[in-house]
Amino acid sequence: MKTTLKLMTILLTAILMNCGGKEEKKKEGFSYEKKETTVKKEVKKDATIPASKQVDLTNKGIGPIKSLSLPESIDETMAAHGADVYKKMCTACHRPNKKFIGPAPAGILERRSPEWIMNMILNPDEMTQKDPLAKALLMEFNGSPMANQNLPEEDARAVLEYFRTLK
Amino acid sequence: MKKVLKPIVTLLGILVAFTSCNNDSKSNAGALSSSAAEKVYVKPGDHDEFYAFISGGFSGQLSVYGLPSGRLFKVIPVFSQDAEKAWGYNEETKPMLNTSHGFIPWDDAHHPDISQTNGEIDGRWVFINGNNTPRIAKIDLSTFETTEIIEVPNSAGNHSSSFVTENTEYVVAGTRFSIPIPQKDMPIKDYKGNFKGALTFISVEPEHGHMDIKFQLIMPGFDYDLSHPGRGKSHGWFFFTTYNSEEANTLLEVNASQNDKDFIAAVNWKKIEEYVNNGGGTMMPSKYAHNVYDESTHSATSTIKEEVLTVNPLDVPGAVYLLPTPKSPHGCDVDPSGEYIVGNGKLSANLTVHSFTKMLDAIENKKFAGDAYGIPIINFEDVLAGVVEQPGLGPLHTEFDGKGNAYTTFFISSEVVKWKLETWEVVDRQPCYYSVGHLMIPGGNSQKPWGKYVLAMNKITKDRYLPTGPEVTQSAQLYDISGDKMELLLDFPTIGEPHYAAGCPADLIKPRSKKIFKLEENNHPYATKSEADTKVVRDGNTVHVYMTMIRSHFSPDNIEGIKVGDEVYFHVTNLEQDYDVPHGVSMIGANTSELLIMPGQTETFKWEPKQVGVWPFYCTDFCSALHQEMQGYVRVSAANANTPLRWSLGEDIE
Repeated sequence: MKTTLKLMTILLTAILMNCGGKEEKKKEGFSYEKKETTVKKEVKKDATIPASKQVDLTNKGIGPIKSLSLPESIDETMAAHGADVYKKMCTACHRPNKKFIGPAPAGILERRSPEWIMNMILNPDEMTQKDPLAKALLMEFNGSPMANQNLPEEDARAVLEYFRTLK
Repeated sequence: MKKVLKPIVTLLGILVAFTSCNNDSKSNAGALSSSAAEKVYVKPGDHDEFYAFISGGFSGQLSVYGLPSGRLFKVIPVFSQDAEKAWGYNEETKPMLNTSHGFIPWDDAHHPDISQTNGEIDGRWVFINGNNTPRIAKIDLSTFETTEIIEVPNSAGNHSSSFVTENTEYVVAGTRFSIPIPQKDMPIKDYKGNFKGALTFISVEPEHGHMDIKFQLIMPGFDYDLSHPGRGKSHGWFFFTTYNSEEANTLLEVNASQNDKDFIAAVNWKKIEEYVNNGGGTMMPSKYAHNVYDESTHSATSTIKEEVLTVNPLDVPGAVYLLPTPKSPHGCDVDPSGEYIVGNGKLSANLTVHSFTKMLDAIENKKFAGDAYGIPIINFEDVLAGVVEQPGLGPLHTEFDGKGNAYTTFFISSEVVKWKLETWEVVDRQPCYYSVGHLMIPGGNSQKPWGKYVLAMNKITKDRYLPTGPEVTQSAQLYDISGDKMELLLDFPTIGEPHYAAGCPADLIKPRSKKIFKLEENNHPYATKSEADTKVVRDGNTVHVYMTMIRSHFSPDNIEGIKVGDEVYFHVTNLEQDYDVPHGVSMIGANTSELLIMPGQTETFKWEPKQVGVWPFYCTDFCSALHQEMQGYVRVSAANANTPLRWSLGEDIE
């Protein structure tokens, strides 16, 4: 009898605890063809690799920058200025190390030519219309446009230098 | 032989006639309508040749059209609140509509005039008058926004305004209705001799255009209807038409039409300026608002001024004369040379033209017919240059093409009449549909008009357009005046009442039109220049939301901890730095309009939540493919709740 009571009490309290408390727990909604957020480590065929993961160091993109060779060592002063410009003009859509509205710039120099990066900053409208990589990126990021923030060429170059410091 | 020749010659003649017709595609032989269509057709993607700034009359605004196409580009809010652009609704522009009578959300916008340098249109600013609660506004043509409004004290029905002198030294604001100065409680019937009319000269600082009342000339109690400055030889003078020289105060349509002649008042403002600069004039206590919009803070401030400098014309000998002009003249127009002053006597059968040279001679030789309250009246014959005999009924306004021709609108006979200066002969006339008021030739109030088009503005359209209930559109009509005969090219509907217009070649303005506001130059006290700086700050019952927007999200887009009874200010900065990417924002239940924020700009709206709940806000100006996703939520708790103040973007508030 006592044990049954005890059990009942425990059960009741459990039920009450569940019902009580004003904070409703977040209801998990249903899921329908939700994109996988975890990146599978299997090697995929080229066609299925997202644009943000594809490597193409020969494409220079379309825009004012025709050729650009980067010096061996990073210009720390320039990179610091670039970090400042990036913080002011780019962080509404980009985080250095994680995907946000747009892709993360960390490691971009292993995937893209310096000219392509500069042209993407300076000439995003034409790039997303005509450059195959930029077009694919626009689709990958749900059609969210790369905004033209009208950076002077010098500032865009400094942002590129800052990107070199991102690991 | 001759018999054979004749038909051959005839045949040849006919052939030549036909081939010459066919070769000359610009010939006016038939197909007039198609050539008119070609003349106003601006093909897709091309730009118009001229800007036309057409006032909206009782709409209180200024519209921007292209000529020759007649396409509307923008309605610039001036004196009336405009929910579309948050003008007079957002916290930044509310002060622009402040007056000594408090906040006034409307006025009657009449006569735009473009700033000048050396007697030529320079395309920097447009000035326009508010009739009802007397004000002068200045629109900056780099942003096409109203950046300054100054109230005019001691004035009523501010109508002989807002015309500029040839170096934009002054913009003038004359009173239409005379009133007691200073205002006082007195019987209306004692008008005659006691009421006064103030002619206000507002100086314009050359670099930024800041307006300041330099002096007010306190004139006899007539109605000062319209005005124009002298130019060239007559630069330094200003001319005002008057009616109601009878000084009637009731049933003016009869009582103010008794005299055969009223006056054009000629004011030597340079003489008065000198008098004032040497300490002349009397300071009079008088409250008026001066509202200035600062492009760097994206905000307006309103200052109430306390006194104004008045000048009695009798204290400055040689400064003011009256030129008799038949009859109840409306428009007062000065030709490009500055010699001829046209009085458009609306009740006169003839157009009266005065000569500046003769006026100076009459003054020098004291050819006076008497005086009005001590102001000399010049002999009519001694100032008259000529008369255009019976050109039409109800002459209203005259403009000039710079080639020796004048064009006058006639309200009653509903036509534009072209006549020659110096011979005074009528050379052409074209009907208007209907009841034309003012007209405009680009560069009209200057030494250098562009005499290619004349634009006539009609008060009534009756059957000319698809009907829209009892109220139908008013209209403008464009005529080609490059040839001997005027040719009607186009009718187009207008906003409000197209009362008056100013125009100039697009190239004067187009290159200086601003594309974006630079973020680093944004000095708005509540600007947020990067997403890292977004925040929500509570100060008692006031909450400030520092928000940013960029395609296509707000930051923050989730806010909690707002309570019923709070006053929430959303200070929203558009982080875009690209041309033509404005964003809008609106909040359910906000008792105000949307905001429409240009790239690099900050605007503020106030929201006072009255109900508990989770309330959405969203972008109102279609900005990208993800515009529909540009939205957010504000959680509103009860007044006594202790929901913590939190905000986020891209992650849940935990």
